[in-house]
Amino acid sequence: MLTKQVRDGLATIVGEENVLDAPMDLVVYSYDATPDYQTLPDAVVKPRSTKDVANIIKLCNEFHIPLVPRGSGTNLCAGTTPLHSGIVMIFNHMNRILEIDEDNLTAVVQPGVITLDLIHAVEEKELFYPPDPSSMKISTIGGNINECSGGLRGLKYGVTKDYVTGLEFVLPNGEIVRTGGKLAKDVAGYDLTSLLVGSEGTLAVVTEATLKLLPKPEAKQTMLAMYSSLEAAGETVSSIIANKIIPATLEFLDQATIQAVEAFAGIGLPTEAGAVLLMEQDGPVEVVQRDMKKMKELCEAGGAFSVNVAASAAEGEALMQARRAALSALARLKPTTILEDATVPRSKIAEMVRAIVNIAEKNNVQICTFGHAGDGNLHPTCMTDVRNKEEMERVEKAFEEIFAKAIQLGGTITGEHGVGVMKSPYLAWKIGEEGVKAMAAVKQAFDPNNIMNPGKIFAKETRKRVMIQQ
Amino acid sequence: MTDNQTSRAAELTKQFQDRLDYDELLNCMRCGFCLPACPTYRETKGNEAASPRGRIAMMKAVVDGVYEPDEDFENQLSLCLGCRACEPACPSGVKYGHLLEEATDILQASKQPSALVRATRWFIFTHLFPKRRQMRRAAGLLWLYQKSGLQTLSRATRLTRLAGKQLSALERVLPKLPSPKWLNNRPTHLVPQGGATVKKKVAFFSGCMMDTIFVATNDATLFLLQRVGCEVFIPAGQSCCGALHAHSGEKVKAKELAKQNIAAFEKREIDWIVSNAGGCGAILTEYDDLLKEEPGWHERAQEFVKKVRDISEILLETGLPEMELPPQTVTYQDSCHLRNVMKTVAAPRKLIQAIKGVTFVEMNEADRCCGSAGTYNIVEQAMSMQILDEKMKNVKETKAATIVTANPGCLLQMKLGIEREGLTDSLCGTHIADLLAEAVKYRDEHSSSQVD
Repeated sequence: MLTKQVRDGLATIVGEENVLDAPMDLVVYSYDATPDYQTLPDAVVKPRSTKDVANIIKLCNEFHIPLVPRGSGTNLCAGTTPLHSGIVMIFNHMNRILEIDEDNLTAVVQPGVITLDLIHAVEEKELFYPPDPSSMKISTIGGNINECSGGLRGLKYGVTKDYVTGLEFVLPNGEIVRTGGKLAKDVAGYDLTSLLVGSEGTLAVVTEATLKLLPKPEAKQTMLAMYSSLEAAGETVSSIIANKIIPATLEFLDQATIQAVEAFAGIGLPTEAGAVLLMEQDGPVEVVQRDMKKMKELCEAGGAFSVNVAASAAEGEALMQARRAALSALARLKPTTILEDATVPRSKIAEMVRAIVNIAEKNNVQICTFGHAGDGNLHPTCMTDVRNKEEMERVEKAFEEIFAKAIQLGGTITGEHGVGVMKSPYLAWKIGEEGVKAMAAVKQAFDPNNIMNPGKIFAKETRKRVMIQQ
Repeated sequence: MTDNQTSRAAELTKQFQDRLDYDELLNCMRCGFCLPACPTYRETKGNEAASPRGRIAMMKAVVDGVYEPDEDFENQLSLCLGCRACEPACPSGVKYGHLLEEATDILQASKQPSALVRATRWFIFTHLFPKRRQMRRAAGLLWLYQKSGLQTLSRATRLTRLAGKQLSALERVLPKLPSPKWLNNRPTHLVPQGGATVKKKVAFFSGCMMDTIFVATNDATLFLLQRVGCEVFIPAGQSCCGALHAHSGEKVKAKELAKQNIAAFEKREIDWIVSNAGGCGAILTEYDDLLKEEPGWHERAQEFVKKVRDISEILLETGLPEMELPPQTVTYQDSCHLRNVMKTVAAPRKLIQAIKGVTFVEMNEADRCCGSAGTYNIVEQAMSMQILDEKMKNVKETKAATIVTANPGCLLQMKLGIEREGLTDSLCGTHIADLLAEAVKYRDEHSSSQVD
């Protein structure tokens, strides 16, 4: 519960209509897309400007009230669940594309802009914003920046951090900082822009971003290769990369995922295949054709029983859209789907896929795997039921083993979803206690009162399992 | 909160716990894929509470005991159009429509409305819609009103304005009604045109509004069915489909009507049950779910459901004769339930495109609800008109002279939109069966005169 003083203070800053605290409002901003996490905030606030944000944050800092910036609530690490209640800040009023600069190939946006709206707006000008998280139709740029979202094009084009060249953000003490800009190069001091991207709302509130754009690729082609076995598909991924081809997209789906996606999309996916690879290449026509031909040969040599190139752009888009629905489609199978995004060097994909199958068998849990195989970022997804406590423990154990295996292979506990609450106990596995300490010191410097999204990234306790290796 | 409200909230919570399907609530994994598809989420500029994900979260919170159902909760459920555009958008396959129906039913049953509201609901749901004779009688009064000069008089004296802006606008867009005598002499059995061989045997679901206010559209539908070689039965014992009941928290009555219809249609061996109204057709295809807990009836409902088809699917399958119209641009507004529940999307478009002389222009967001949504445009007038205004912008962009729909509610709403925009001279709204029948007849006339 907020005190009357704080409640009135908020209303003075943003107006009564922009402070939501009826029981209904608290319920609908108590969750994100992470299963089994829900905490009611004390209020939901809609700032209209950077100045509003600064005033709100100052108020929170003064009274030590937790503040959780939230985009569209699609994140998968409980990053926007208000774990310690407090205030959820939403950006419905700060949702404008302020500028698309065709001379500098940049866009300036407010945090509440929907990712796909930005993509469409720049494509109208023959420009290209590559980060395309599967939730891009729903997610906001602000959310993408805070979580450093990836997507299907990460392999060739990188992730959100590779496209943020400047930020405006508000520190917990209310000071407004502007970093970077429309610059290809900028080494003026510490790279605060990069620090903020992926900081999961634990350091400051992002209020504006300058994004790098590319010229829109001239052509694009999509292809689907079907395999009987998981491993053969995994090995083809490594062989494509080893042959010096960097496709825009190189996705992997196992049989259970294919079946669930087909049940939703009904676009004729091969439900009999043990695994499929979904590939896309873009660029100049000649390059696209050459790479597609080469990849087709590599798939066939790698044991694909069928390789089909999409006949049209629409068919290609339907395949990509179906892939984006994979996680939610898997939710058809069981009441609860828990997904992770352990990532390994891409040469280790086949080994990781095999390990996941073994770990699932050993712990007697059902795990489907799909993901961005081309960049080593897999999404093992466990189909379970939160009501079955005994099974949930086995699920937890299986994921621990998956994280351990990923790290053993030189990988990480999370490739693109963030640490949030979900993976906070494992953070030290990846960066060591020293690394966590360094991060905590940064957090302390930015946010001495720990008001910014408390309870995220830093766990109360690290898992006491054996550290595999650094 | 008064003691009364507290005890009602406790009772509601118990009802939600007993009756809502918890598996279905858990099936929503909160990915948010439904958000962009939801008209009220967009119109409220992204209010989570006005989204399917938010509404499901509220229902689940009630069941979990973390949220006491309050006025906000009821208002948000009422604000939902029930268009079910969230269902095809949901990769997890959450049956939102069923959750909403159950929730509405619980809320409605616990209400203690005023005597006037009770009487009105009784009149509409028990007396008027389920009873063909009453529906015809009401239409008869309306006919008398139009014919007698009363309509002209009341419009001239602005009497209709007294009934509220909305109702008076609706009154203006109602089609000219046939006489009671005509309504009481409906056919019960028709053979293929010109005594051709019977390709398919079908039973026609004639509906309430369709068989009174829109009876001309029913005639056009029957004409088309005969023309494509169908033998048509119009079962006498059929009743209202029950859609309005199911969506308004009158589930018991909806089940009664479903049983009555199943009994009426299973009397004869037929290939298909034909509907020409998306709203009716959709609930007909869900009788199996409606009656899932009634042994005996469930199986009969499953048989019934298998046979239900929209008129456009049937015409496409049996193959229409050549059609033609004077050159014009035509666009199409989906009926939400035809699209989202019956999954009929391509058939009406293909049929319109098959008409010679017609240029079909797909409207931006044709799949978005027009705001009619059963009784929504009366109950939630402000939101309905906001959605309609948005829709009319898209209609105007197509520069069409004709906007085609496949459901009476949508058709009236489109006509209302045309009226509100002052476009009655350049744009008309029509039902797809009327358009196709007109195109068949036009072609007949012109091809015979062109014979060399």
